[in-house]
Amino acid sequence: MVGEDVRLSVRDLSISYANQPALSGVSLDVHEREIFGIIGPAGSGKTSFLRTLNRMEMLHENMTVDGSIVFDGHDISEIQNVYALRRRIGVVFPLPVGLPLSIYDNVALAPRLSGIKKKDALDEIVEQCLRRAALWDEVKDRLGALGSLLSGGQQQRLTIARALSQDPELLLLDEFSIAVDPVTTMRIEDVLKELKQEVTIILVTNLVQQARRLADRTAFFLSGELVEVGETEALFNGKVKDQRTLDYLEGRFG
Amino acid sequence: MTHSEGNGGVPGQSLIFAATPLNMRNHQLQWLFRVLFGLMTLILVVPVGIILGVLLVRGGPAISFEFLFSYPSDGMTAGGIWPALVGTMWLVAVSLIASVPVGVAAAIYLSEYAPDNWLTRGINLAIINLAGVPSIVHALFGVGAFVIFAGFGTSILAASLTLAVMTLPLVIVATRESLQAVPVAFREACWNMGATRWQTIRTVVLPNAISGILTGVILSVSRTAGETAPIMFTGAAFFFPFLPVSVFDQTMAMAMHLFVISTAVPGAPDELKYGTALTLITLVLLMNAASIWFRSYLRGKKKW
Repeated sequence: MVGEDVRLSVRDLSISYANQPALSGVSLDVHEREIFGIIGPAGSGKTSFLRTLNRMEMLHENMTVDGSIVFDGHDISEIQNVYALRRRIGVVFPLPVGLPLSIYDNVALAPRLSGIKKKDALDEIVEQCLRRAALWDEVKDRLGALGSLLSGGQQQRLTIARALSQDPELLLLDEFSIAVDPVTTMRIEDVLKELKQEVTIILVTNLVQQARRLADRTAFFLSGELVEVGETEALFNGKVKDQRTLDYLEGRFG
Repeated sequence: MTHSEGNGGVPGQSLIFAATPLNMRNHQLQWLFRVLFGLMTLILVVPVGIILGVLLVRGGPAISFEFLFSYPSDGMTAGGIWPALVGTMWLVAVSLIASVPVGVAAAIYLSEYAPDNWLTRGINLAIINLAGVPSIVHALFGVGAFVIFAGFGTSILAASLTLAVMTLPLVIVATRESLQAVPVAFREACWNMGATRWQTIRTVVLPNAISGILTGVILSVSRTAGETAPIMFTGAAFFFPFLPVSVFDQTMAMAMHLFVISTAVPGAPDELKYGTALTLITLVLLMNAASIWFRSYLRGKKKW
């Protein structure tokens, strides 16, 4: 069973782009060391939600955020040093982004940015993160090769290794399997189940079965609204508060 | 264009693939445009070929070690072009020192930091317009701003700064475009790791934009080397029988020298003019070739 400590608490969160609302009135809690799934059709505000969690809205013009997000006891809108906040939150995007640096430098980038310079400390972080992302065995002999030229599935695991190199307390995954083959997807899913022991994970996914496989609890977003949050198994077993959730889970939608 | 309608004549399967009148017309049009565009390309290439050919034939014999490395003599009707060659190098070097840091910094600001509002849109428009200002206008601006107001007199410094102002838009536009060719996803990945904008620019954006930036710089070099008007009133001398020793000296320059011996020196032999023109154009072509080579070299190491 997951810990009940609240790691992230969101209250009345509303997001809009140039006065076009993308998300309104969302309140939810994410617990310590759980995988929190977010499902919902395209345009339901899932990605916008993730963006606000590490204050990326600052870098998107026209994006305004209302409501409160409390991470680890701090209201993130009051954090002056957003860089420190972002370092504690790892992000994985839908399309793999291997930076045009060597595999080693991809993973060593975040530690370097936070001031780690010693070669052996970096070596250790790189190896550990690549191992945790199940990529080490495939790349250990060519750490100097370009990360951006790996295959899609490898790049996505590289991205996860990079996110882990920040030693994050919260890991945000935005439809990570969209450009990855099923076998790699399964490998990454295994990685995530392992990681759950140490890290809180928010998993946005278009695949409801993926949410079922991984998430302890799942939230259903629809047209910028949080329809409901519940224990994943309960939701899939039909114990829903809202008929729309059941329709979506069973593919009877629209 | 006459042929059978869809349901006439040939029976069976072949009918499906029979050309309709529309197919025929599209085919003819496609042929017409192909020939038209090909001709235009030819028209474009012919003058370049003729210029190079004539220069090679008539100027080629003039080129010698002696010609390149000696001073003009006999009232510029004989001798070489050494001071002009050196002067052009001075002008190019000093104007690069002025234009590259300013242009690259401005482009980084516009591409990476500036918000998209009416002010930055205005600045971008101004830069594009600056590129369209005739060089003689730049020359007069240079006289006013650098020769008179700043008190540099007619000197390499004033001429180079005038050239720098003229080539700034080239540097800015080339830099901005190569910065914007770096995918936004790379920046976002960096920002999400807690990198500042400058850390992101330094580690990910600039290393991947450097080939485009250098290409822009080299193109601006060839423009700088070839311009006459901007240096005519600001620092280039008609005849200056010494090599410049500081940026406050006047100097001869290739483009200016060619202009002078072609228009103002009676009795200058044609081969001198052709030789000078050939040297100048070779210089410019070599720089362009270097930029093309460099760009394809870096593309060979393409990173994504």
